[in-house]
Amino acid sequence: MALAREEAPPIGGARRLLAVEALAKTYRGGARALDGVSFEVTRPEVIAIIGTSGAGKSTLIRCINRLVEPTAGRILLGGTDIVGLGSGELRQARRRIGMIFQEFNLVDRLTVMEILLSGRLGSVGFFASWLRRYPPADVANAFAMLERVGLSGLHDSRADALSGGQRQRVGIGRALMQNPDVLLVDEPTASLDPKTARQIMRLIGSLAQERATPALVNIHDVALAQGFADRVIGLKAGKLVFDGPSAALTPDVLTEIYGAEDWSRTIRRADEDEAGA
Amino acid sequence: MNATAAASWRPPPFLGTRRRQNLALAAAGAYLAWSVSTLDIDANRALAGFGRAADLFVRMFPPDFSRWELLVRGMTESLQMALAATLAGVVASVPLGIAAAKNLAPRPVYLAARGLIVVGRSFHEVIIAIFFVKLFGFGPVAGLLTLSLSSTIFLAKMLAEDIENVRVGPIEAVRATGAGFGQVVAYAVVPQVLTRSVGTAIYRLDANLRHSTIVGIVGAGGIGQSLSASFSRYDYDFAAAILLAIIALVALGEWFSDWVRGKMR
Repeated sequence: MALAREEAPPIGGARRLLAVEALAKTYRGGARALDGVSFEVTRPEVIAIIGTSGAGKSTLIRCINRLVEPTAGRILLGGTDIVGLGSGELRQARRRIGMIFQEFNLVDRLTVMEILLSGRLGSVGFFASWLRRYPPADVANAFAMLERVGLSGLHDSRADALSGGQRQRVGIGRALMQNPDVLLVDEPTASLDPKTARQIMRLIGSLAQERATPALVNIHDVALAQGFADRVIGLKAGKLVFDGPSAALTPDVLTEIYGAEDWSRTIRRADEDEAGA
Repeated sequence: MNATAAASWRPPPFLGTRRRQNLALAAAGAYLAWSVSTLDIDANRALAGFGRAADLFVRMFPPDFSRWELLVRGMTESLQMALAATLAGVVASVPLGIAAAKNLAPRPVYLAARGLIVVGRSFHEVIIAIFFVKLFGFGPVAGLLTLSLSSTIFLAKMLAEDIENVRVGPIEAVRATGAGFGQVVAYAVVPQVLTRSVGTAIYRLDANLRHSTIVGIVGAGGIGQSLSASFSRYDYDFAAAILLAIIALVALGEWFSDWVRGKMR
């Protein structure tokens, strides 16, 4: 089921949907997590961000919606620089950025419907959200979203009653309820079994495609990254060391990103991967 | 690791070296012996106390319920004081508790709220009651204010600690949707602390029932005032009736709080 977007999806050949320019982050205590990272997203595509633990993947996507405050650089979302926005404007900008988490980050005691509707929090007032009085269109969209992520009928289930895969589907639904211009996805499959991981990656990929929304996906599993991403960005010690189509990932590139290993068994082509899933 | 090292292994001493630990234990023992020796325990005086206790219990029996109207009035006043104070404490502790939570409040607000809690907690209810009796005169108003204040401080401290222990992930997720501060609290913090907070409030109601009988002794209204008066007039049989009524009320409160906590998940 297609969900009606509030506005036309911002697709356009050379239009920059998202640009990250010379982004740097130094944590208090001197740890340099990001060091002059730049890249552009010009079309809706799934971009996998790979790298070792501590390479700066989480910091990178958390800087984009400023859950982590960047030290230097610019982040342009549809022309607006997100770095330097005041708190009110930042909230407006965050509405346009959906985020999906490794640990799902659902509140256990809330119901699935409440969590989906929490994706609309940036657009409704405090008392309306507190009393759970959302606009009827939002509620209708939430039910459609529930069906789209494969959880029909579970609207009144509490989050702690769901399995890991179902919980991540709720997390995806919450992010998409924002009608985001870009999706940030932090290790979406690290807490899931391999089969569920594939289903979740496929769901994120197809939703990103049908809604023409680019997705930045932090991921540890190189084979999964290759199988589901159009493009791969490699980070090493806070620096961008690779940016190219996922087909261009060679053992040499992986050695550059991760260090020496036998990579021949890790690299698979996307079609093989799909057939195996 | 060789076999002899494995055979002689013992857990490391908790005070650094074993020598230091033995010294500390010896010092604690010596202090205990000294403090007992300075207490000046007089066997004759203790025995006389037993005799007086027997006398007192004999005069308490049978409990005298003939002045039951006075008893009921006092008990009702205590119960109302406890209920109203708990309610006031719950309401007032929410802003104070949020302000005193390190992970939600800005640093100056946090420090101010924590300071208020530390000062508030350093005075026992009876001391606060004496103070309020001086300000507002004898009667339940002073008791109500005392219990409201101490409930607020206690519940705020518990709430702040619960808030500091919530999972940060859901907070991050709600913040990432563009939610404002109030919405983050309503959607990520409240659901995580609600069950425990209701439990704490019930516990405080239970505690307030007991405290409400105490503050009366310094003149702050409630059944404690009648209890204090009956002791000073040597009306031990009426005092016994009051004590039984207090036991019944506290037991009822205990039963109620168990029942509510059983209902909650």
